[in-house]
Amino acid sequence: MQQTNKLTPFFENLNFERSDNMMVINFGPQHPSAHGQLRLVLELDGEKVTKAYPDIGYLHRGIEKMAENMTYNEFLPTTDRLDYIASTSNNYAYAHAVEKLLELEIPERAQVIRTMLLEVNRIISHLFFLATHALDVGAMSLFLYAFREREFGMDLMEEYCGARLTHSAVRIGGVPLDLPKDWTRELLKWCDTVEHELANTYEMLLNENRIWKMRLEDVGVISAEEAQSWGCSGPMLRGSGVQYDIRKEEPYELYGELEFDIPVSDRCDSYGRYRLYMEEMKESIKILRQLVPLYDRSAPQLMAHAPQYISAPKEEIMTQNYALMQHFVLVTQGMRPPVGEVYAPTESPKGELGFYIKSEGEPYAYRLKCRAPSFFHTGLLQEILVGTYIADVVTIIGSTNIVFGEVDR
Amino acid sequence: MRKYTPKDNVQAKSYYTDRFHVTPRVPRNEVQSGSHFADVVNSFKKLAYESYVELGQLVIHIKSSDNIKVLEILRDKCGYTVCSELSAVDYLARDGEFEVFYQMLNMSQAKRVRVVTRIKKDEAIESAASLFKSANFAEREMYDMFGIVANNHPYLKRILMPDDWVGHPLLKTYPLQGDEAASWYEVDKIFGKENRDAIGPENRDPAKIDRYDTKRFSRVGYEVPFGTDITQGEKENDIEYSKAQLADYTKSQKQLDKRK
Repeated sequence: MQQTNKLTPFFENLNFERSDNMMVINFGPQHPSAHGQLRLVLELDGEKVTKAYPDIGYLHRGIEKMAENMTYNEFLPTTDRLDYIASTSNNYAYAHAVEKLLELEIPERAQVIRTMLLEVNRIISHLFFLATHALDVGAMSLFLYAFREREFGMDLMEEYCGARLTHSAVRIGGVPLDLPKDWTRELLKWCDTVEHELANTYEMLLNENRIWKMRLEDVGVISAEEAQSWGCSGPMLRGSGVQYDIRKEEPYELYGELEFDIPVSDRCDSYGRYRLYMEEMKESIKILRQLVPLYDRSAPQLMAHAPQYISAPKEEIMTQNYALMQHFVLVTQGMRPPVGEVYAPTESPKGELGFYIKSEGEPYAYRLKCRAPSFFHTGLLQEILVGTYIADVVTIIGSTNIVFGEVDR
Repeated sequence: MRKYTPKDNVQAKSYYTDRFHVTPRVPRNEVQSGSHFADVVNSFKKLAYESYVELGQLVIHIKSSDNIKVLEILRDKCGYTVCSELSAVDYLARDGEFEVFYQMLNMSQAKRVRVVTRIKKDEAIESAASLFKSANFAEREMYDMFGIVANNHPYLKRILMPDDWVGHPLLKTYPLQGDEAASWYEVDKIFGKENRDAIGPENRDPAKIDRYDTKRFSRVGYEVPFGTDITQGEKENDIEYSKAQLADYTKSQKQLDKRK
């Protein structure tokens, strides 16, 4: 047992000095390639990892606890802080769960805007993955290129909701704003840019890159059974040859009506997953292009009509007494959804992001559980890291695309 | 008369109550015969004592001792190969029980089942980590947040909170403001217990506003120069801790925040 004081911190009964040839190293929680506050304790035999222990909780803010003590609308901006790379997907997943509990009908324009925002966020998140993953593996230049396009995507988000990172761009019952003028034109331009860059820069740089392939091929192999057992989702699951995308299988918003493919890779390794991310970006661009004409055709209503849960439009509140009263009750007390429980899964860029909400009819959720994909992908690390070399650890962490906002919550 | 505040649930309560308001319930539909869910229910025979479809997902209530049996049937016979989520709900105040749920996914049918079971306060539940590896982390989180022990778990240890943390945060009895142990936790850890007097307790309320603090808070309309003492001799109040779950972690005197 170590003597703990401020100079020798308490390492939870870890003994770093071993009598055998094993070495225990402490990776993180401030390691730049740990993608956040991941502490990984690795036992090494030479360069080979014999044991891996992911230690999380350095970013734990008690978001589920906060959800139990906030009204439903109050909690929505907090969800931004889950997966902060693609905040709108969290806002949406939460709003979707509450809407399912309330059994609301979302107006078409709101659905179009939400789907657009979700796909923009997916591309932003995937570009971030590509940039940081490449940076971790050693392809520095790609980081700069991918971040350039990501900035333009964040400009789009900023133009829509005013924020670049913590969007809160979705409300329970719809979206707060219509798209700004010419936003769709900018969006299409951005789609063209990303598509062009994908084909001519990123894939040209990486797909057949000898070093990139040597670093990624057959690294971090997860079989289909393992992936299912560990609760993998998103590209981690499809990278293992299981074709399951919640957008396709359990469609929400407009995904049922849109035409897009679900790329799958049966390579089961990091390279397969990298290719998957690239293909998914192309599919997202395809979706975005289909959404623009849908937007032009949709009626201008943005929020669902359910005055006992959702505030009426401003015109009604200002002209009708009862609408004003209901709005007042909703603002001061918060909505009281029906008693019941709901689990609503959505396909976030990282995987299956779902909110389990147990409502007892109070303005506060009785229990809210955020099913974060990264949490389960972090758990997987303790198994796939064993037997790999220490140089591959960084590749594997990058390839799982974990974000600690949602791991620790 | 002072309003009664229950000690077994210290979470935020709605200020307004309407005794005539009846909250509707989300409809619980019967399992339609011939559907996929009917096959699932049939494969359990008597293990499931209640089953219904709520918002498109099958919910089955089982005895807590049957959980492994049920999950195994779900995985091997019904094709629910993924345990996508597992956690608990604290009903200690109302029923003296926890509700533990397993959220299962069938990928070939794109169907979801929620297995719900209840356990008493000090009861443990058998770990599902032998069937689904995703339960490894999920059960550790459940233990960390609720103190529910999963028997035969490979490594049941706190996961999000520090190892030496007092209490389980998602319990309804867990204080919202942080108790005394929480306010000394980091002080003791970083500076040592002997330096408590010099450091003082940690302010764990992010929204705390000190009306006498003229360095960090402006007084709109009553502006004073930066850092002016405006207490006018008024004494500072002692910090009030939540009495809900006071650990005997510390015996020493509470220290006043010695600003000014």
